[in-house]
Amino acid sequence: MSGNLTTVAYLGAAILFILSLGGLSNPETSRRGNFYGIIGMTIAVLATVFGPYVTAAGLPWIVGAMVIGASVGLYAARTVKMTQMPELVALMHSLVGLAAVLVGYASYIDPAASANFSGAEKVIHEIEIYVGILIGAVTFSGSVIAFGKLSARIGGSPLMLPARHWMNLAGLLIVIYCGYLFAVSPSLEAGMVPLIIMTVIALLFGIHMVMAIGGADMPVVVSMLNSYSGWAAAATGFMLSNDLLIVTGALVGSSGAILSYIMCRAMNRNFISVIAGGFGSDGGKVVTAGGAAQPAGEVVSVTALETAELLREAKNVIIVPGYGMAVAQAQHTVYEITKLLREKGINVRFGIHPVAGRMPGHMNVLLAEAKVPYDIVMEMDELNDDFPTTDVTMVIGANDIVNPGAQDDPASPIAGMPVLEVWKGKTSIVMKRSMASGYAGVDNPLFYKENNRMLFGDAKKMLDEVLVALMAPA
Amino acid sequence: MPLLIGIPREVFPAEKRVATVPDVVEKLIKLGFSVAVESGAGDAANFSDDVYRAAGAQIIEGAAQLWAASDIVLKVRAPSAEEVGLIREGTTLVSFIWPAQNPDLMQQLAAKKVTVLAIDALPRTLSRAQKMDALTSQAGVAGYRAVIEAANAFGRFFNGQITAAGKVPPAKVFIAGAGVAGLAAIGTAASLGAIVRANDTRAEVADQVVSLGGEFVKVDYEEEGSGGGGYAKVMSEGFQQAQREMYAKQAREVDIIITTALIPGKPAPKLITADMVKSMKPGSVIVDMAAEQGGNCELTEPGQAVVKHGVTIVGYTDLVSRLAKQSSTLYANNLFRLTEELCKTKDGIIDVNMEDEAIRGLTVIKEGNITWPPPPPKVSAVPAVPAAKAAVVVKPKAKGHGKGGEPSSPASMAIMFAVAAGLFWLIGAFAPASFLGHFTVFVLACFVGYMVVWNVTPALHTPLMSVTNAISSIIAIGALVQLAPPVADGLDRPDTWIRWIAVIAVALTAVNMFGGFAVTRRMLAMFRK
Repeated sequence: MSGNLTTVAYLGAAILFILSLGGLSNPETSRRGNFYGIIGMTIAVLATVFGPYVTAAGLPWIVGAMVIGASVGLYAARTVKMTQMPELVALMHSLVGLAAVLVGYASYIDPAASANFSGAEKVIHEIEIYVGILIGAVTFSGSVIAFGKLSARIGGSPLMLPARHWMNLAGLLIVIYCGYLFAVSPSLEAGMVPLIIMTVIALLFGIHMVMAIGGADMPVVVSMLNSYSGWAAAATGFMLSNDLLIVTGALVGSSGAILSYIMCRAMNRNFISVIAGGFGSDGGKVVTAGGAAQPAGEVVSVTALETAELLREAKNVIIVPGYGMAVAQAQHTVYEITKLLREKGINVRFGIHPVAGRMPGHMNVLLAEAKVPYDIVMEMDELNDDFPTTDVTMVIGANDIVNPGAQDDPASPIAGMPVLEVWKGKTSIVMKRSMASGYAGVDNPLFYKENNRMLFGDAKKMLDEVLVALMAPA
Repeated sequence: MPLLIGIPREVFPAEKRVATVPDVVEKLIKLGFSVAVESGAGDAANFSDDVYRAAGAQIIEGAAQLWAASDIVLKVRAPSAEEVGLIREGTTLVSFIWPAQNPDLMQQLAAKKVTVLAIDALPRTLSRAQKMDALTSQAGVAGYRAVIEAANAFGRFFNGQITAAGKVPPAKVFIAGAGVAGLAAIGTAASLGAIVRANDTRAEVADQVVSLGGEFVKVDYEEEGSGGGGYAKVMSEGFQQAQREMYAKQAREVDIIITTALIPGKPAPKLITADMVKSMKPGSVIVDMAAEQGGNCELTEPGQAVVKHGVTIVGYTDLVSRLAKQSSTLYANNLFRLTEELCKTKDGIIDVNMEDEAIRGLTVIKEGNITWPPPPPKVSAVPAVPAAKAAVVVKPKAKGHGKGGEPSSPASMAIMFAVAAGLFWLIGAFAPASFLGHFTVFVLACFVGYMVVWNVTPALHTPLMSVTNAISSIIAIGALVQLAPPVADGLDRPDTWIRWIAVIAVALTAVNMFGGFAVTRRMLAMFRK
């Protein structure tokens, strides 16, 4: 295959990737979108393998590596539980990051790669290598830590090192200085030292960055790492003068950046403060919790039986799931209840807050797994006006995203965050294990509202009881 | 010394209601008051003297004695001339008054140096006042009864049926005016199975009509009919013309018309003309709930049911009294809530607090001084009790998904453009041509990605991440071209090193490539309608 043909094939692949992302705008076209992605990838790989840059000697190696990687990947894809999706995605980001680092190093020690360059072009080429490895290393170590946190191998609470901002700044300065040394280094060996120092710092930086971020900010981190893996691919593309890599990397990078932005907006926080870590990091948690008004009133608890009674008599029901539902694996029971209520002619809908769960769209996937039809799963903005006409709202394992304090208590640390206005409905039932506060460490005035009821206990167990009570004849 | 609340027997002809019921007597006593009921006051509403006595009330024979003994008098209808004569100076009277329609009564009452709370003058838009809103509670009863009267006079079923004896079409009911009475009528008629249509000059009630099972019939003319305070106002001539045409059309089609159109302080608008009545099917029914104010139908005879042109026209003015037990109970509860507001200390003493917006509106005479009409009501959104109310954080309207936000300010736009221009100039000035080509591709691809990804529905964010993750394994290509490139002779290349690194990179990205697409496929297969 000639070089021109390869280029045309790359162009086709790039278009297919764009169509693939475009297909995801709607669940009906999404499957086709994924298919476009597969075709695009196949074309890109085949065009490369049979193109002018790979000789026949490489084929056995390529096939071997591909077969090993493919079997691991397919196995993981088949066995992963839907509740573990965030972990899997994080782990996969780390692979892209690591690959970018490896490709960067290989490119650096390959004299053929830089043989044609001189002067400014050579400097630019070296900067491209340097930046590619930098982004790749941060993506790699950050994703590994994110994976650890999401799979609960590492504690979820943010790690707050003293003077951490200064540490990050010092790291950045060293990275820039090493970059200078690297670019002006006369020989391969002389350049290797700053490159390795930078790699180590980048790895540490990635670890530190994600360690400092707490559980509920995970959706931002996961989408940010998604973005990084794209930028790493784009940097590699610059390094290898490969437009397909640049285009694809830019697509993925901007997609991740937009997701991060959406997540941040949903929490009413800016990107920098999330990355800088921790909630209320300036004042510390104690101060913020004390500054917010203490809610007054009584907490009224109900039993599963009474919950079933309330649901049976309702006309409009909204279910608001949160991370607690994922933890308890309660989505199937939720669906059984939904089905039962819908058969009785009750209008059941789901209200999804953008940051519910641990990654963007987490709840949607869980509900889809439980076969909940997607047309009754609504976004926050679509649903918020309907709460006043809702008879029963069930909040399953969510807390901060239904906190009225975000709207009416300016002293609350989550003030201004858009929330689902469940308290405007006739009755809300919050399912929770205990009265513990949510991730933000803020007491939730919702629990003390007159029209709120608490159903304490494990979400799955309680929902099972509700289901049994619903199935019993009234 | 607790005050004595007196409940006289209603003297208005055919008025069967009573201002309090035994259950409420108990509650009033708990508030610290004593309660006296005129003998026979509750008979027409099926509450005997004995039941009142059992609830703790004292029974007084004769109106004169009762009026003389009472500090507070609770009534339904506005007092008659004789009753005004019985009032003792300093008494507080609570009842329907209609101060706008009854200026003479107002003068007489003021002359008696009493305090009068007109329950009909309640500022109804105040949400706090809803529990005291007797107009609403009584209108609801009337609306219900109107449908029952219509069903009584109508010769057919309301609901459609398919029986062995043949098919019965459902009755068609048209309700003019969707106020409280109208809405109650809509709900009642719909629950009997009729096809219900309704119209109101206030377009905002359309949703309420639909929510009760009715169909909102629009007048084909643009004008807003909200007159403030939850009432309708008089409409323009053009509108009325269009409205008449609509009514004429409905009259030809429907079996039952229930009219509830009232404009405060004015005679009821004539909506149904004699011609429209003639055009109705024989056996049809009109219930004119505005009969007391002259009627919405030209042929209505207030207080009677008459048959004209084959159409039964029900003009009863006592619809509420025909359900006296129900309406008395609701009215008594309204008055109890009002008493609670007047007696916050629960010691049997009332305080007519003119600072309170609801009480201010109700009080039409204060110690002999006419205080009606009240100053215009404040906008109800302003909290009436500013103390201890946390300021509500105004939530910025979330930007629509996929749409940009409000345009940025010109200054920040200018700065952004300046920075971008500076960067581009730097790159253009120093970067070599080959880099520029790639840079162009990169920037354009970022924009394409930006545009495409904004269209992704939030429900698919997780699949989006996993598919972009799979796509980012395109980095495999970087490793592939390093693995075994055609090498020019004489170049000292550490082949083994590079090959191993590249093989590892290819294997890693292959995990991603296959795993990413497979898991996305698995996830997307789950999304179903």
